[in-house]
Amino acid sequence: MKRIIFQWIAVGLAGFCLLPWYMVDGGFWSFGWITDPASPENAPALLQILLHGRWWLAGALLALLAAALVQLLVKPPVRAARLTAAVAALGLGWTTLQGLVIVRHGPRILKDLLAGTAAEQGQIGFGAGAAVTLLGLLFVLTTAISGMGKGRGDAFVTGMIGLIVSLVGVFVFYPVAHILISAFQTSAGAFEPGLFIPRFFSADIWGIGCLVGQGSCGPAINSLMLAIAAGVGTTALGLAFALIFTRTNFAAKPLLRVLTVIPIITPPFVIGLALILLFGRAGAATALFSDLFGIEKSRWLYSFWGIYIAQLLSFTPIAFLVLIGVVEGVSPSMEEASQTLNANRWQTFRYVSLPLMRPGLAAAFLLGFIESLADFGNPLVLGGNFNVLSTEIYFSIVGAVANPARAATLAIVLLVLTLGAFLAQRRWVGTKSYATVTGKADSGAHVALSRGVKWACYLTALPWAAFTAIVYSMIIFGSFAKLWGYDNSFTLEHYIRAFGMKLKNGALKLTGVAWDSYFTTLEIASIAAPLTALVGLATAYLLVRQNFRGKDAFEFSTMLSFAIPGTVIGVSYVLAFNFPPIELTGTALILIIVFVFRNMPVGVRGGIAAMSQLDKSLDEASITLGANSFTTVRRVIAPLMGPAMVAALTYSFVRAITSVSAVIFLYTAKHNMATTFIVGRVENGDYGLAIAYSAVLIVTMLAVIMATQFLFGRRRLRRENRIEPVAAGRA
Amino acid sequence: MGEKPEKGSVVFEDVVKRYGEVTALKKLSLSIEPGELVTLLGPSGCGKTTTLRLIAGLESATEGRILIGGEDVTHLSATYRKVSMVFQSYALFPHMSVIENVAYGLTVSGIPREKAHAKAEEGLEMVGLKGFGQRLPSELSGGQQQRVAVARAIVLEPEVLLLDEPLSNLDAKLRRRVREEIRQIQQDLGLTTVYVTHDQEEAMAVSDRIIVMRNAEIAQAGTPHDLYERPNSAFIADFIGDANLADCEVIAAEESETKLNLGGREITLPHGAAITGPARLVLRPNDLALTSEPGPLAFPATVSYVAYLGNQIQYTVQSEFGEIFVISPPVAQPFGVGDQVFVEIDPQKALLVPDEPVGK
Repeated sequence: MKRIIFQWIAVGLAGFCLLPWYMVDGGFWSFGWITDPASPENAPALLQILLHGRWWLAGALLALLAAALVQLLVKPPVRAARLTAAVAALGLGWTTLQGLVIVRHGPRILKDLLAGTAAEQGQIGFGAGAAVTLLGLLFVLTTAISGMGKGRGDAFVTGMIGLIVSLVGVFVFYPVAHILISAFQTSAGAFEPGLFIPRFFSADIWGIGCLVGQGSCGPAINSLMLAIAAGVGTTALGLAFALIFTRTNFAAKPLLRVLTVIPIITPPFVIGLALILLFGRAGAATALFSDLFGIEKSRWLYSFWGIYIAQLLSFTPIAFLVLIGVVEGVSPSMEEASQTLNANRWQTFRYVSLPLMRPGLAAAFLLGFIESLADFGNPLVLGGNFNVLSTEIYFSIVGAVANPARAATLAIVLLVLTLGAFLAQRRWVGTKSYATVTGKADSGAHVALSRGVKWACYLTALPWAAFTAIVYSMIIFGSFAKLWGYDNSFTLEHYIRAFGMKLKNGALKLTGVAWDSYFTTLEIASIAAPLTALVGLATAYLLVRQNFRGKDAFEFSTMLSFAIPGTVIGVSYVLAFNFPPIELTGTALILIIVFVFRNMPVGVRGGIAAMSQLDKSLDEASITLGANSFTTVRRVIAPLMGPAMVAALTYSFVRAITSVSAVIFLYTAKHNMATTFIVGRVENGDYGLAIAYSAVLIVTMLAVIMATQFLFGRRRLRRENRIEPVAAGRA
Repeated sequence: MGEKPEKGSVVFEDVVKRYGEVTALKKLSLSIEPGELVTLLGPSGCGKTTTLRLIAGLESATEGRILIGGEDVTHLSATYRKVSMVFQSYALFPHMSVIENVAYGLTVSGIPREKAHAKAEEGLEMVGLKGFGQRLPSELSGGQQQRVAVARAIVLEPEVLLLDEPLSNLDAKLRRRVREEIRQIQQDLGLTTVYVTHDQEEAMAVSDRIIVMRNAEIAQAGTPHDLYERPNSAFIADFIGDANLADCEVIAAEESETKLNLGGREITLPHGAAITGPARLVLRPNDLALTSEPGPLAFPATVSYVAYLGNQIQYTVQSEFGEIFVISPPVAQPFGVGDQVFVEIDPQKALLVPDEPVGK
């Protein structure tokens, strides 16, 4: 353990003495800082103290040296561990504090005390040196904590807990806290708590004009109505599909399976676009109805109903996924028991199966509710005058009059609603689950549906499936039509404009306008995906396999970012990471980070599902055989988790490609993303190119998914039954 | 602990284990000698597995000290304890071949692959699985998997071998053979072994010493013989071999004779007892006889249930001191349900234990 502590002290010192403490121009990897390593911008902390009078950076150095001294001089191991932990914690605390207090324009508080010192010149955000130093201190702290006998004395476990808690703290809680604070601030930045109540409850958020027939409603009411309707609708449709899928011998079941993949690979606004092509003013269906029945072409789509249909299309597959598990989870033996007690098929369904599914139905409803509230793509494309919270937040930031305080207030309203639903789901559904999946092989067959229920399901689900198919086919047709609705002649023009390439002097030249954003997206997604999988699975490992104080809070905080809508995250990142100590806006790094922490819950869930299937005695056997936790993870758990890892990897990759809500606040011209590029095209009315690009994205993602399926499908053949891989659970 | 620490000894000093509100172990102190096979026996939830996991380092003690080989390991993680464990589920790594499984502990402690595999081969030979090295665990039978798990644990030459209900996943016939093999290997290697089971017959068959646990503490410890012949409580009497427990009253306890009142009659046991007043008489089912004749030590009863098992006949009879379970050798004319019979007690074999509830 001593050795590990000294290793981390060395890492911390290296960061302190060798790497530039602050963010450097052109980025760390440009290595421009090497040419002028002593300047006030590029110097490592040691030189900052000696040459530039930034004495306050010395806290970290003192802590590291003190930790080394303690380790050398204090003999009783537990006491040495305690002292080391204390000095490391002090060092971390001090370094964080100085970063928060002394910002770009000098000290924020204690101005008199710091007057006349170098602090008045201010400082910029943490750079590589600061990050490495803090990391070193953090691991000195966690290793010392393991030396105190915590976490069964396992430095690897305490280190992972410390790292994940810190990361979630910095990249989830810190930015969200910024939103909360800014809602109490005046536009000049002064703190004024009295402002919050009138802002939060203002009529332009909660107005109910539309309900009483006077004008329009506030975005909060609109969002709520939409979310409730979407929750009910997606649950009903999802249940119909799930019943058909599991309880009938419907012939085209494999086609229904397709439904489960589609939403994952569909960029969020594509359905909105397809609906415009169908029902917009120039839409195919609109034209048809107008010709046949003389129905006037109108803009009805750009309202509640347009968004509602789009959300039903987008989120029904999610409800379907959840409810397949729920419907299958009802133990056949209960239904058989009911039948032997002389109940007929309808009575069995009505009084046994359906009540057993109730918690699952509630879960599906709340999921649809949260997804609808958080949805950004569909309202953005179809919203028109129907304002919802997520788009209002966006327009408050990027609109003609930027109003961050309003954005923050709206974000809090949205956060309160989604978190409320999230908590309700955990509390209510979590406790009332009549889980009938016992892990014991349950023989017996599910009872077939009664005739009435079966036809009700067919009549709801099948027309809807057909509608979904039409909507998706619009994406293909739309991308080949010259100008949809006006000139439907076949053309490749959109694809050529987006992805054209030319051979010039023997060299391939990419002339399409979309190439830049396409490659940026792939690059960022492929950096973010392994990190997401890693963080998610590491968290799952801690949650399933380790016991430590505060585990419940830990689990809650890692799942939290699932309940935080992307727009809220986007705003909060803009508010938090635009200033020292962490200045990330405008970098590719912030995009990677936002993907990792947005998609982390998916990795966590998938990991938990897969890890729960691995007998805990496997790790214990490895540990008692003399392997440490790290070796155990590497040689026993990781190989057995292979499929779950691939699933998490694929899913986070795909999510990173399709994500728009948070990204739209964070992208820059230099790091333009595919989705934001498409949104830009849509806003300019350039539907052809937008749809062509979307089609290319869908094909790209399908290719990625199929490639990984192929790769890990082959591994599965060698696997034994007891570790049959589980596909990651999805949100 | 004055004596010289010996390799392979295990000592618990006032070890307490709590999970939040729940106390899994109340101030447990025990000492296991090197080379001894000690069984931790008890009903589920009594703390025996917790004790085993504390020795392994898979749980950490809330209070107290744990010493292995005289060295304080209370805060040492499982990785660094010289202890190996055989798990109830065997916990063979399904993605590794048998030989890789057995060599795992050696390779992770830095022994080169070839050497580790050679040693693992020896281990497999010891458990009679030579030549099975290239198979996957799933290609072996339950008994073979179990032996791989044992081989994997012993090739590390641990100071202490821990076995957590190693036979519970085997069928009854195999169980007897494997437990004999385990005992054989343990004695050949002179390995300190701690064995957890809830099956008293298994415990009696393999152990040098048995520690019976109940409600998170030790109920009684001793050799199998001690526990059967000299139970210190009604619980032990009932748990180690079946026992009928009859309420009685000790009138006079002398050195070589005990007078007591049983069901209104005064009877005399030809051995001493340390109890006076209310007590319970331990009557082993096979020490009782059913007759149709009354006698000074024969108490009237009515047969309420008869089970014919071939090598024995089991009777349940209702007597004036409660329901009595009797095992008798097969006879040509067994009693039938409703017959009036007499239960005859053998005073030589009847034991006295304090009057207290048996509990769970």
